[in-house]
Amino acid sequence: MLLTKEQQDVLNGSRGETMAKVMQTLVAYGDAFDAERLVPVTSEYGHTVISFGLGIMKPVYELYDKILSENEISRQRFSADPRPVDKKNVPANPVQNLLFDIMYSQQERYEEQVRRFGILSDDAYTCTCYLPQVGNTPKRGDILSWAESSAVVYANSVLGARCNRNSGIIELMGSIAGLIPEFGLLTDDGRKADWIVELKTSTLPDAQLFGSAVGMKVMEKVPYVKGLDKWLGTELNDKVCAYLKDFGAATASNGSVGLYHIESLTPEAVDFGESLIREGAPVYVVDDAEIERVKNSYPCIWKDLDAKPKLCFMGCPHMTLSQLVEWTDRVEDTLKAKGRSKVAIPTVFTAAPAVLKAFGETMQSERLRRMGVHTSSICPLMYMNNPLCKSMPVITSSNKLRTYSSARFYPEAEILDMITG
Amino acid sequence: MKKTFQGRVVTAGTAKAEALVSHGGFNTLASFQTPMLLGDKKVRCSDQNNPDLYQKSMLGKALCLPETIGSTTGGMALYTVCATGKQPACLLFSKHIDSLAAAGAILAAYWTDANMPVVDKLGDEFLNTVKDGMTVEIKEDGIVEISDE
Repeated sequence: MLLTKEQQDVLNGSRGETMAKVMQTLVAYGDAFDAERLVPVTSEYGHTVISFGLGIMKPVYELYDKILSENEISRQRFSADPRPVDKKNVPANPVQNLLFDIMYSQQERYEEQVRRFGILSDDAYTCTCYLPQVGNTPKRGDILSWAESSAVVYANSVLGARCNRNSGIIELMGSIAGLIPEFGLLTDDGRKADWIVELKTSTLPDAQLFGSAVGMKVMEKVPYVKGLDKWLGTELNDKVCAYLKDFGAATASNGSVGLYHIESLTPEAVDFGESLIREGAPVYVVDDAEIERVKNSYPCIWKDLDAKPKLCFMGCPHMTLSQLVEWTDRVEDTLKAKGRSKVAIPTVFTAAPAVLKAFGETMQSERLRRMGVHTSSICPLMYMNNPLCKSMPVITSSNKLRTYSSARFYPEAEILDMITG
Repeated sequence: MKKTFQGRVVTAGTAKAEALVSHGGFNTLASFQTPMLLGDKKVRCSDQNNPDLYQKSMLGKALCLPETIGSTTGGMALYTVCATGKQPACLLFSKHIDSLAAAGAILAAYWTDANMPVVDKLGDEFLNTVKDGMTVEIKEDGIVEISDE
């Protein structure tokens, strides 16, 4: 890799031993992909996937202490993934709460570290940092040093920013150095489509199932999706962006997709069309039968498959404002039709603190509360990651949550029916 | 039977260990999260979506994979298992390494004392040939030898 004199000096220790090691790490990361140079991070803000102070992750916090001890902080302020615990708003029994205290024994330590590194605010904890209410929305062409698979795929695909699927720790090192190696999705060639996905379903497919199908098929490659504009139109409005958020998260959790193009919809597909597709790209046809096959392939690790669900999580990734509003109306209408006033299963809708604040100003907010639905900015995945919650029958419409936990997946229509009794 | 494959060294080192093979993408977070959280001494894979590895011990094994998938906490998870001595003996990829596995391997190499050599680009034939329980030996120059002795 060709380094500038300034970069070489840092590598040689001009900013101390630890910063030299940070630079060595970034250079080695680039070398693994034959990157030729480091490029400046140009986005206004960063985003880190690490939001939790897990006792077992002490080596991570020790590494961060080492960096902070040399007074190195992020060159850009940043947001972080959602917090792991919300005792106030998410149902949990005293034993579960005690377990959270033990598991997340490093939470205060970690939050103090990110304050020193430069987190935007104590409310900047969400996986949907790119939503307008949160304000960490990169511009098209911005170079990012982000991690969080669902945010990276959204930033690349829907916003047209440029970011590789960086790992936790690496992303913060990129923000500290203000540099990231140039390879993969940072390059024009890396953004070309390797697969064509032809959607031939009879209705708009569930975003999570469709994304899961695409992720499992194309893995780390870039898909160019045809036929979705038939159902979503050609305008990136709130509803479409929410669909693409959930679609992308599923492509990234069941595969490792970092960028997708949607014909006539996402910015690069609109500008460059089929010229984005590599010659000889294979075609994957997704029809009703394929969606059904994917749904039926999901394992369920509940001990009692007929157990009555004790909790429902919606919002992994966090819900958008329009999703909160729409789901309030859907739950209300369905409850009315069933002659009920409250949900039958304890249900939590999760969203960014700033989105929940905006939702609080809508008419739907109080109505949702009256129906017994909780709202929180927790990370459902972190909530589920312990033996007590793992043994609970929890349902979700999130493919990401079901991938990383014992939560059982149901498509949105079935979730709506279940939570309304 | 003995067979040799030439790969590319991502992080250097030598190792000799029993093979554990995944034919599907290896979801690093889903695989390591429960053994890390529960302190499972055998580091049994907790990814219920991976029929090849689910509930098998990964500690000290030669993990033979096509690539890693899933959450971007993957590299951090690999770094942590290395920092706590719970790492596989080595990671062997049939394809070009992905950004998360590369990050984890490099963080482990630069910031921990763990020895976890990583070789990629071993080719599809490697993954089609190597089976659970075979002996895998990595030489310094990216040569990987598998045998059923």
